[in-house]
Amino acid sequence: MFSNLDLQQLIFGRLSLEAFPYHEPILVATFIAVALGGIAIVGALTYYRLWGYLWKEWFTTVDHKKIGIMYIILAIVMLLRGFADAIMMRAQQAIAFGEVNGYLPPHHYDQVFTAHGVIMIFFMAMPFVTGLMNYVVPLQIGARDVAFPFLNNFSFWMTASGATLVMVSLFVGEFARTGWLAYPPLSGSSYSPGVGVDYYIWALQIAGVGTLLSGVNLIATIVKMRAPGMTLMKMPVFTWTALCTNVLIVAAFPVLTAVLALLSLDRYVGTNFFTNDFGGSPMMYVNLIWIWGHPEVYILILPAFGIFSEVVSTYCGKRLFGYASMVYATVVITILSYLVWLHHFFTMGSGASVNSFFGITTMIISIPTGAKIFNWLFTMYRGRIRFELPMMWTLAFMLTFVIGGMTGVLLAVPPADFVLHNSLFLIAHFHNVIIGGVVFGLMAGVTYWFPKAFGFKLDPFWGKMSFWFWVVGFYFAFMPLYVLGLMGVTRRLNRFDDPSLQIWFVIAAFGAVLIAIGILSFLIQLFVSFKRREQLRDTTGDPWGGRTLEWATSSPPPEYNFAFTPRVHDLDAWWDMKKRGYVRPVGGYKAIHMPKNTGAGIVLAGLSTVLGFALIWYIWWLAALSFAAILVVSIAHTFNYARDFYIPAERVAEIENERTRLLTAGA
Amino acid sequence: MSADAHAASHEPHGAGHGHELDHSHASHGTMRGYLLGFFLSVILTAIPFWLVMGDVFRDPRTAAITVLVFAAMQIVVHMIFFLHMNTKSEGGWTMLAAIFTIVIVVITLAGSFWVMFHLNANMMPAHVPMEGMGGPAGMHDMTPGVSPPHGGH
Repeated sequence: MFSNLDLQQLIFGRLSLEAFPYHEPILVATFIAVALGGIAIVGALTYYRLWGYLWKEWFTTVDHKKIGIMYIILAIVMLLRGFADAIMMRAQQAIAFGEVNGYLPPHHYDQVFTAHGVIMIFFMAMPFVTGLMNYVVPLQIGARDVAFPFLNNFSFWMTASGATLVMVSLFVGEFARTGWLAYPPLSGSSYSPGVGVDYYIWALQIAGVGTLLSGVNLIATIVKMRAPGMTLMKMPVFTWTALCTNVLIVAAFPVLTAVLALLSLDRYVGTNFFTNDFGGSPMMYVNLIWIWGHPEVYILILPAFGIFSEVVSTYCGKRLFGYASMVYATVVITILSYLVWLHHFFTMGSGASVNSFFGITTMIISIPTGAKIFNWLFTMYRGRIRFELPMMWTLAFMLTFVIGGMTGVLLAVPPADFVLHNSLFLIAHFHNVIIGGVVFGLMAGVTYWFPKAFGFKLDPFWGKMSFWFWVVGFYFAFMPLYVLGLMGVTRRLNRFDDPSLQIWFVIAAFGAVLIAIGILSFLIQLFVSFKRREQLRDTTGDPWGGRTLEWATSSPPPEYNFAFTPRVHDLDAWWDMKKRGYVRPVGGYKAIHMPKNTGAGIVLAGLSTVLGFALIWYIWWLAALSFAAILVVSIAHTFNYARDFYIPAERVAEIENERTRLLTAGA
Repeated sequence: MSADAHAASHEPHGAGHGHELDHSHASHGTMRGYLLGFFLSVILTAIPFWLVMGDVFRDPRTAAITVLVFAAMQIVVHMIFFLHMNTKSEGGWTMLAAIFTIVIVVITLAGSFWVMFHLNANMMPAHVPMEGMGGPAGMHDMTPGVSPPHGGH
């Protein structure tokens, strides 16, 4: 029987007009703004005929530097989206007391806090960290690219594909209402029958492919492609932390993939892994997802530690204090991060033996972290400290992170955790370490490496504005949450009965406004710096008096990074070269073998987006079609033998002579 | 992928990399190694089949554990004879990676079993007072009047 309804289901699955939230004024206004902005951007790109340039030079690029920059642009865009969610929550909680319900109904509020968490972790922090590692690591180890340049492009586009699905959920259907880890049974099909959790699952699965592959790629790069002479204990600390982070990614992300696959089996084919009955156990999901989730925290913070190490030794003009202990601390954290996951669910009801084991391992992990703090302090001790912006971010980090670390050790005590579990104290703690650690680190890293990537420094005035608004805003936004948490206020509430709590939420909302000004200042900083780029220009390639190899080449580096592979004799290789009176060779260039750009990555990721969308909405014919297309394109790509080319020696000479001219003009 | 890797790696036979490459070439197997590995795999597959189909163990739990032990041995055989794992290939990195993987897998499996086994240790029936929570597990289990973890339904 082919009634109208069946035909519609066959073609559109569960997608119907009701899926579009035209009855929600907030979303309609957002959609109009996004649509207008999108049309403006597309129009401008068409008007200035930039599509060909973007496609040839950026979208299909296999250059690790351009891919790194694209990762960071994606992260900044998603930061704006995630922050919009944050400020909506702060506004709602500042007004919804007693009889007042606020402006966000519960079903919308629940999507907002879920999207905020998912976006900030998976699509802001992860791409930001991956982008910096992508940009910096090959330069720091004196390599010409990563080990698998095409894979790198593909990884980026898979991450962007996941981000696209999350963004689509804003206007087509809904996002999950489950919290950022989608615990069952709430995320199972009986309690979340809609498309929200499916958007969550497929966005993370597709982005997860990209994350895992980029992890493999960077490990292979660091292990196999270091410049001659750079033994493991002569590697820059940022590269060390990048290595450990990517080892964590490769070991941890398969667990996430597996647990989400089991959840999707529960939702799609009716298995009972995590259901309440038929032998399922929701706690198994919680257990497995935190086996991924805790290493994930260190995946984010370790590269930040690496950035601070580079920044401190550069701006103090000193070799990093305790390099070896820094490396060992990083490795110990890598291992220990697998032994603490249960501290996220002390309250599940396990016995004292389990809880005390995980409580103690959690406290132990603060020892190597504390050692790092002392190393940075001792590097500063008797150093010639220059208070440039990256150094300021580092100091703000050291103060803020120590507070966050102490509340973390407090939460590691199981009896204390029984009181504070799921309270705003926890929210304050992890924002304290993620903003105070990861975000401050990323801001320091961006300011530090920006001149390397673009050839001019960032404007210091707007940078300082951004810094002060971020730091002060952070304290205003999250210190009240510690207080509220100690008073027993739980997380994820969209309305409160007790009006005496309101003042704390108003202070927190004020802090969020300060952070908004901080983000705005950062964007203004980018714009102003671009306008003033001639005054801020750096022709030396080494604007800060750097110590590691990325400062040995020009800014921005040529696509082959180094005309001659550097030879490393000491830790802080570039500092050592400068000290020994290194003379840059000005002749004898050879042709350089390079990988060729390819569009296969963006095509595959585009097809994956379609596949994800089709699976979310049960559009089975489209899912089958896009899956088949993915296979065809992958196989076709293996027949593409035109993958490499040579930059002729004359071209290399031309680029290098131009640099020689700039260097002599500047000297 | 290998084309990409080659394209990107600079001077693959430069001083720093030469000896590592030699090791990875040397570690490719011999006919004798492959045959030995093949026979070992066949034997290690045949024995579990025989154990199960011939009903050798009366207790199915013993049979299951024995089969798992053979499976673990099978993994080791594959790693040595087919993946050419040894302490020297790639300058020791493959061995390091294998050890790390084993450590992580053991932590994940053993930890999950331990955690899930303890799932209900503190989940007393609703009427039991909360005083028991503060004390150590051993004492708390022996507290008279508190029903054991699985008795509460």
